Amino acid sequence: MNATPQTTAAEVVVVDYGLGNLRSVTRGLERANAGVTITDDPASFTDADGIVLPGVGAFREGMDNAGPYRDALADAADRGQPIFGICLGMQMLLGSSEEAEHAGEGDVEGLNFIPGTNVRFDVDRKVPHMGWNELDVQREHPLVDGVDGEHAYFVHSYYAAPDDGHAVVASTDYGVDFPSVIANEDGTIFGTQFHPEKSGETGLRILRNFVDICAEQ
Amino acid sequence: MTLTKRIIPCIDVDLDDDGNAAVYTGVNFEDLKYTGDPVEMAKAYNESGADEFVFLDITASAEGRETMLETVSAVADECFIPLTVGGGIRTKDDIKETLRAGADKVSINTGALERPELITEGAEAFGSQCIVISVDARRRYDDEGEHYVTVDGEEVWFECTVKGGREGTGRDVISWAKEAEDRGAGELFVNSIDADGTKDGYDIPLTKAVCDNVSTPVIASSGCGGPEDMEEVFVEAGADAGLAASIFHFDEYSIADTKAYLADKGLPIRQ
Repeated sequence: MNATPQTTAAEVVVVDYGLGNLRSVTRGLERANAGVTITDDPASFTDADGIVLPGVGAFREGMDNAGPYRDALADAADRGQPIFGICLGMQMLLGSSEEAEHAGEGDVEGLNFIPGTNVRFDVDRKVPHMGWNELDVQREHPLVDGVDGEHAYFVHSYYAAPDDGHAVVASTDYGVDFPSVIANEDGTIFGTQFHPEKSGETGLRILRNFVDICAEQ
Repeated sequence: MTLTKRIIPCIDVDLDDDGNAAVYTGVNFEDLKYTGDPVEMAKAYNESGADEFVFLDITASAEGRETMLETVSAVADECFIPLTVGGGIRTKDDIKETLRAGADKVSINTGALERPELITEGAEAFGSQCIVISVDARRRYDDEGEHYVTVDGEEVWFECTVKGGREGTGRDVISWAKEAEDRGAGELFVNSIDADGTKDGYDIPLTKAVCDNVSTPVIASSGCGGPEDMEEVFVEAGADAGLAASIFHFDEYSIADTKAYLADKGLPIRQ
């Protein structure tokens, strides 16, 4: 629990459920003027201005590891606290994933903040979809201010398919138009399939937008 | 729209006389020239529009390892683009500590040739997306190869070398690339001993042969003398990314000018 410099615009927690490199996303958020606490303590969510679900890896493992945070995240969602899922963290916002089914171990329940499932790319292109691709903003949301038509860095084999098309904030073309930014009805829970912390200036802009959203809380 | 072709600056990092990490740029894997501070260079490339950044530890010494990991962390803190780190990675623990230091991907060369299972172990533990297999290829004109291409009327095969090209392994680059892909490599990083430092252009027959035989993304390296060479390796060989060192380090071309040139030629480029 780091002491917070007075100058930060918002206090955010990055949930450490044991997956992936948290250093980059932490540095990116700090660059965006956030005070960042990496935490594995669900009790610390309450006082945060925003919650980040990072993630690299598989859906099943992610949800297994996120299990202890499920109730605290649901409470945060009810309170309207901003929740930002990145990559696997975004996929976990949905109800389920084909990835877990492909693993042949039965269904794994996602957080289900945004109804839908995650599906595997079924295109005549290299999978994983890895590299820089373009963001096509579909509707207004403060997270995507100023990034329409810019490129972001992706690494993934599955993508989110929300039941409600209105959940799609931005899409990206990789043989299929897939949702690259999604948000719930209230706009308080959202995610990016790409890694903003690895997407250069465009990514930093998105992280700043996120910090602005948190600061308004 | 589709994935853009990536332009990747690469730094070779060694310890200077005072034991500090410093960037050196070589010609033909020899004649190293002091080029700058790794963290300052990472910062500059991050701001210049580079699509990724490659950090190669060329100390190859146990005592240098600690300093290098600290340097990787300092570089990662300034790098808001993907960072690949290579050099001396031999074990799963090496992969783990390099990723933990802040690398997004590791580049493995000799360690994988010596023990190919390392690729499988790395891909299973950390995901294919972070396992890059690097080869230092050289041309051979004898009958010991497995895959031949015709270059200027001669039958050529490509051999994997180690120790900066000084030692052959007898392993055919194309066969090895296929095996690496089957074992879960997420990208292939193809260096040419023959082209390195020449600025005469990438080894097109080599890069094309690899691209034609695998579906894994290929990063072309060695020999880039300017934007035209990048154009050639994207268009003629089908590479997914072009890596360069000296043309960028010594300000012969900027990343922005290189990208503007390539975009003007109709290639998909992030600007």
